[in-house]
Amino acid sequence: MSTLAVHDHGVAHHDEHGHEHHHNETFVSKYIFSMDHKMIAKQFLITGITMAVIAMILSILFRIQLAYPDKTFPLLTTLLGHFAPNGRISTEFYLSLVTIHGTIMVFFVLTAGLSGTFANLLIPLQIGARDMASPFMNMLSYWFFFLASVVMLSSFFVQKGPASGGWTIYPPLSALPKAMPGSGEGMTLWLISMVMFVASSLMGGINYVSTVLNMRTKGMDLWKMPLTIWALFLTAILGILAFPVLVAGVVLLIFDRSFGTSFYLSDIVLNGVQQPYEGGSPILFQHLFWFLGHPEVYIVIMPAMGISSEVMSVNSRKPIFGYHAMVYSLIGITVLSFIVWGHHMFVTGMNPFLGGVFMITTLIIAVPSAVKTFNWLATLWRGNIRFTPAMLFAIGMVSFFISGGLTGIFLGNAALDINLHDTYFVVAHFHLVMGSAAIFGMLAGVYHWFPKMFGKLMDEKLGYLHFWLTFIGAYLVFFPMHFMGLDGVPRRYYAFTEFASMQKWLTINTFITWAAIMAALAQVAFIYNFIVSIFAGKKSTQNPWESNTLEWTAPVEHIHGNWPGEIPTVYRWPYDYSKPGAEEDFIPQTVPFSQTMSSNLPHDFEDNPAGLEELNKYTSTLKAEEKVK
Amino acid sequence: MLMGTNLVNAQTPAAGTTEDAPQVDWTGVSYYVLLFLLICVGVAVVGKILKIYDLTLKIQGKKGLRWNNVMGFICLVFLLAGLYGAYWSFTVQGSMTLPEAASIHGVKIDEMFTVTTILTMIVFFLTQILLFGFLFKYRHSEKRRAHFLPHNNTIEKIWTIVPAIVLTILVVFGFFTWQSIMDNTDAKGEVAAINVDITGHQFAWELRYPGKDGKLGPKDFKLTTAANKLGVDFKKKSSFDDLSADTMYLPVNRAVRLNIQAQDVIHSVYMPHFRVQLNAVPGLPTFFKFTPTITTAQMRTRLDDPKFDYLVYCNKICGGGHYNMQKVVRVVTEAEYQTWLSHQKPYLTDGLRKELHFAAAEPQQTVSQNRLALNN
Repeated sequence: MSTLAVHDHGVAHHDEHGHEHHHNETFVSKYIFSMDHKMIAKQFLITGITMAVIAMILSILFRIQLAYPDKTFPLLTTLLGHFAPNGRISTEFYLSLVTIHGTIMVFFVLTAGLSGTFANLLIPLQIGARDMASPFMNMLSYWFFFLASVVMLSSFFVQKGPASGGWTIYPPLSALPKAMPGSGEGMTLWLISMVMFVASSLMGGINYVSTVLNMRTKGMDLWKMPLTIWALFLTAILGILAFPVLVAGVVLLIFDRSFGTSFYLSDIVLNGVQQPYEGGSPILFQHLFWFLGHPEVYIVIMPAMGISSEVMSVNSRKPIFGYHAMVYSLIGITVLSFIVWGHHMFVTGMNPFLGGVFMITTLIIAVPSAVKTFNWLATLWRGNIRFTPAMLFAIGMVSFFISGGLTGIFLGNAALDINLHDTYFVVAHFHLVMGSAAIFGMLAGVYHWFPKMFGKLMDEKLGYLHFWLTFIGAYLVFFPMHFMGLDGVPRRYYAFTEFASMQKWLTINTFITWAAIMAALAQVAFIYNFIVSIFAGKKSTQNPWESNTLEWTAPVEHIHGNWPGEIPTVYRWPYDYSKPGAEEDFIPQTVPFSQTMSSNLPHDFEDNPAGLEELNKYTSTLKAEEKVK
Repeated sequence: MLMGTNLVNAQTPAAGTTEDAPQVDWTGVSYYVLLFLLICVGVAVVGKILKIYDLTLKIQGKKGLRWNNVMGFICLVFLLAGLYGAYWSFTVQGSMTLPEAASIHGVKIDEMFTVTTILTMIVFFLTQILLFGFLFKYRHSEKRRAHFLPHNNTIEKIWTIVPAIVLTILVVFGFFTWQSIMDNTDAKGEVAAINVDITGHQFAWELRYPGKDGKLGPKDFKLTTAANKLGVDFKKKSSFDDLSADTMYLPVNRAVRLNIQAQDVIHSVYMPHFRVQLNAVPGLPTFFKFTPTITTAQMRTRLDDPKFDYLVYCNKICGGGHYNMQKVVRVVTEAEYQTWLSHQKPYLTDGLRKELHFAAAEPQQTVSQNRLALNN
């Protein structure tokens, strides 16, 4: 058993080299076209937060319309021009708002913002690599994402407005420019943006997978990786396999829109005019879309799961319960997520037998999700819980995942889905289980790794305020929506005024809107905290959370290559918290077992007979000594 | 923190009054901005007070504010308030949901819904109570160390297998219910279902009933004209006696098969009271068979609402008018249905007759329906 532990003593030559390199960096190469994974992570994070704020403002706009469908707000006309004539958001622009809110949140915030930030930041730092496998491709990944964001937002500046067929852009609505204003140039921009987004996502994903597989430090075998890395790794695999299918679907849609093909179109009479399309099927698009679309929701939630697992373990001062089960359930979710997409299509006219099959696979995927939930609860049990803001957000993630996940059992059941499909019940379900849960996972990550990113600490009290307002706000917004759905209120309705049966929900709509505004304003506490802490926050120590993982062995000051001198070697799994017999309540991964004889367990040497022998010798001498005493 | 919440919520009633004014309402906006800034100042002041309090405690040699205890306590408060809130929501808002199913299969769906709700709600309350209970109970203490428990195979097996069994039951239950609901063929010996043709376009539904022969004539979108809105093919005899209708009348306790189609974009026939929903897809006819069991008149008395009507909603985003694409459905007795049916006008109007007569000279191609093999 090796007793050599590598510490932070840099080799002189290496230090010099790093220094030299530093001097050559210009502002552009350091902050803009950076190839350093830590900087790219920050770029992803800040772009993601910006997009999240924009998407949140869009949601407040359409919430105002839903709360006050009869009132006029001249300010809206001032701000939005012809999109809101006479102080009211137009019906078409309302749908644009819904569409772009969904698109930005799902793809730009919770895919790129979440995976992009934390995969870039954590993969090299937690597995012990100097950078990503391909830093240049990593940089390209960010810039494609940035371009995609710009193109997506630019659609607000075309005459007819942005895409408005819902974030799922089902043709023929999205394919026929005459079907609605948003299906004109706005839709074209949406499609262009999406193709660039997928390119970005693929370049990122390939990088993440190859880095995890090839660049782990000495001793870091797969079963010693933190759950964050497992989650980000599997997420990247999902993305690589699923996103190209979306591109295929999108390209065929571009053909239908611009080159007169009929992949998705058939038998169409629009406004009394027969269209020349024959032989296509709108259902084909839905298959292609949801073949990405369903893995996509796991692309969104799995990093949040990984982050929450890590944060909860650190702050409960307890190993994550059932580490292997957690990994296997992530793998199970990854595999199963490819064969459940049809549950979005139970009532689309898909063959009912297929619906039955998809129902079976869908409810199977609930099992690994349940296992994860129970394991999180068991992690908290008899812990010593420190309430950092990151911990609170991780807990919030678990709470939302339970609340939203359980309603998935209703929607995954084809028979129940008949009456719930496309109602507010669905809106409540996915906003809790993937919207709120994933955003809380992301915020947990931001609060937890802020010291790693910026070398500063965020203000805890503001974090508490931010958490409770957002957490309560999200429940107040989405909980009542379940009951609207159970009353058969469809989603994407511009106003509830036209149906007598829906008018009883108008007051609840007003309530939801004000809860949403409260939650949105709570984000000011976060943004303020985030920006002020970058410049004026308290300096962080190297390992502020007393965590075991490798990133906290790297110096606070960012250097190219992460560690001065040799990369530390890993000897143990990342969750040795509160191990009986250990001096501290945490043992970093870089501490060899030979230094912790008093806390070693037979279990630690399952695949290391020599080590086990040492341990037995140690315990027997200990016993002998006790006898002597 | 709580003060901030109250302030924001307190605006709710005020909001209506200030924004009611028709003139440009800049004062209203600045009022809210100022109010928000005021809240921010309030939060900052409270923050400073807490900090000072914390510092004085530390100066006195005490430990300072123990935030772990504060948060643990708030978690407990949240749990209790949340439980009450969930209970309130279930009773008050839960009673605002749809009335009992007005169709045979709808009752089966509702039964399954009840079973699923009971099972999931047990898990919901149990897990949330454990989650926030643990947070309170195991909040940080200097004196204690966490219990080192990396895994326990027995309990992990239990909570893998139990959900698997419960879900299997739900799946089997659901699978057969789903198959029986989606079976739109008439069983042997069963009275044939009434075929009703419902076609969606931006932004309305068109209805067509079969005539005496009980058969609907075939359609072809290429035959669509201003007079022949649905493109009915009059080369077939069965087309001639078809009827067009404004309201969907259905006889109670008789099976109906909706032939669902769309002309321009995807729509969705959604009749929540009957637990019926199926998309209307251009180029892909879909079918939903169901049996209404409660007449409109009966439902009106049950709900104590004389204006109640069953409705078809559009439930797939279809454009600007999506939110108001409704069709009234009346479930009536068999006798009332027959009377109503006898008053309906034929689809083949005089205008259409004229048009067809002129068109008869041109050779007309019949194009077979383009259905994708994989879908139907």
